[in-house]
Amino acid sequence: MSILVNRDTRVICQGITGKVGEFHTRGCLDYGTRMVGGVTPGKAGETVVGLPVFNTVAEARDATGANATMIFVPPAFAADAILEAVGAGIELVIAITEGIPVLDMARVMPVVKASKSRLIGPNCPGVITPGQCKIGIMPGYIHTPGHVGVMSRSGTLTYEAVWQLTQLGHGQSTCVGLGGDPLVGSSFIDILTLFQADPDTHAILMMGEIGGSAEEEAAAFVKQHVTKPVAAFIAGRTAPPGKRMGHAGAIISGGKGTAEAKLEALRDAGIEIAESPADMGQALVRAIKRRG
Amino acid sequence: MKIHEYQAKDLLRAAGVPVLAGRVARTPEEAAAAFTALGTPVCAVKAQIHAGGRGKGQVKGSTQRGVELAKTADDAARIAKGLLGNTLVTIQTGPEGQVVRQVFVESGCAIDRELYCAVLVDRRVGSPVLIASTAGGMDIEEVAHNTPELILSEPFDPDRGLAGYQARLLAAKLGLPTASWRHAEAFFRKLCAAFVSLDASLLEINPLVLTKDGALVALDAKMTFDDNSLFRHKDLAALRDEAEEEPAETRASAAGLSYVKLNGTIGCLVNGAGLAMSTMDLVKYHGGEPANFLDVGGGADVKQVTEAFRIILSDPHVKAILVNIFGGIMRCTTIATAIVEASKTVGFTVPLVVRLEGTEVEEGKKILANSGTAIITADGLTDAAKKVVAAASAA
Repeated sequence: MSILVNRDTRVICQGITGKVGEFHTRGCLDYGTRMVGGVTPGKAGETVVGLPVFNTVAEARDATGANATMIFVPPAFAADAILEAVGAGIELVIAITEGIPVLDMARVMPVVKASKSRLIGPNCPGVITPGQCKIGIMPGYIHTPGHVGVMSRSGTLTYEAVWQLTQLGHGQSTCVGLGGDPLVGSSFIDILTLFQADPDTHAILMMGEIGGSAEEEAAAFVKQHVTKPVAAFIAGRTAPPGKRMGHAGAIISGGKGTAEAKLEALRDAGIEIAESPADMGQALVRAIKRRG
Repeated sequence: MKIHEYQAKDLLRAAGVPVLAGRVARTPEEAAAAFTALGTPVCAVKAQIHAGGRGKGQVKGSTQRGVELAKTADDAARIAKGLLGNTLVTIQTGPEGQVVRQVFVESGCAIDRELYCAVLVDRRVGSPVLIASTAGGMDIEEVAHNTPELILSEPFDPDRGLAGYQARLLAAKLGLPTASWRHAEAFFRKLCAAFVSLDASLLEINPLVLTKDGALVALDAKMTFDDNSLFRHKDLAALRDEAEEEPAETRASAAGLSYVKLNGTIGCLVNGAGLAMSTMDLVKYHGGEPANFLDVGGGADVKQVTEAFRIILSDPHVKAILVNIFGGIMRCTTIATAIVEASKTVGFTVPLVVRLEGTEVEEGKKILANSGTAIITADGLTDAAKKVVAAASAA
């Protein structure tokens, strides 16, 4: 078991004929993911890394039975690509693209909500169930199959955490990159719900960052609904207010979105806190021990 | 991207949102001429900088405020003289302040009461919202914190816009006289439409004024754009004022890097925003002070990374540099090659601590080892942070 993706997940890549799309499609194939095709409007009939290219997601779905898509379409057209995937009834839509206009996402959100599709991202590294299926840009070798669910708003910080877990002998059930944009398809709470229900996930490690209130909401949810051990790290404790730290969402404004407020909420929910980014793996180990 | 108040007001006027007449001045003489041309008994002379809190802000070394009223052309010239070329310190500029290069001379109006409104994207709702409050002119964050019941909020769909009834609902809750509801409806709906059509990320009117004759006017305007949308607003690029930006940040953004200048001594070069923030946290945790936030991103090439080193080294306060790379899309070989390149072309004048992990890590380490470049290698995060803090304090 795992969440979202497993060895039976059939994946297409939207934007497969682009340099980045092709590179990462190959990376996913090499990892063992069941990549079954790609989509680029006007390029039907071509093949990329041995996979058939289709004009539309609907055609690709009908021909390949795909139930997940990985989107590398450039920012100006990415929102439309998400809508196309949702319109074609793809169950899992993973948008890797960075730099989508926020109002484009505001237009996409209600459509996704009203559908049966689940959106992960945008501006995220993707989703991986180690040893079974990798959809995204994360380096596969740092992961090990196991029982820790990992979720984060940041890509490379997730790699860091996963690497620490692997070195401590804690494999991962599934790792989910939520994305660094202000509007993303899935929240900590959405993924916590899945991890809590997954018998193969025994503990959860989450990485948040300054800005917004998603971590506070996640903490409140953990307090009420999550019985598994949870550890957390918040990036940006030393970030000065008013400066946007790379991610569109990572900004402390008017005393809101501070690391302190988030840490307080997480502690209050009984979540084990990683005091530094070098302590993320150990914090998870402490969280498990504390529960006995 | 941020713009000045006078630019925001031009955009609002064009969008049909009521603003007062005003003129930009870059000399005291121009300010006097603007006062005369506007022909109203009172004008406000307002410093134009990319930071709020100007009214309460003060010029360094004088009692000059960032916003003052002028009753004569001479008044206007005197206030402009007190502002232009001087450094204004407000709650948002930090203690170093910001140099005033232009002032906005704006007509006065008869104020009945001051309100607040803003349009922004609410992450929790997943859509843009219009926020309004009776607590105009005040620090809205404080109001939100202490008296959240005074903050009203109406979400709206970007394409349908704010509905008339939503605008009237706000007008009623704000306690506006019924005779002003028609004005309020037009004002709020046009404001929301402007937010969407300009792809703004923040449009704040503080204060929003109810005039004695029952109309609504945007007395101040703060507008920020979504950088990700600028590609479809080529005309807005002309509004960018690079003089207001940190030169190193402008240079970084031209190179496709995300850089924020800070006040410490340890330069940081990292891939990924979350890891970059965490690296700063870790440096601080071990007793150091980061000199910057720098995310080279996933797709950077050797040229961009070399430029990143140049930018970090251009900061005279930097005493040591920490490179922390967890390769995903970014390959360790790219970083290693760039380090070798930079040491040849730029020359490292300070100690360099390098921690590499992830894609092509072994090959990357080999490139560094074979290059003969003087670097301190680190295994893992803690080792890297300790080494760079030690190197910086030894310098």
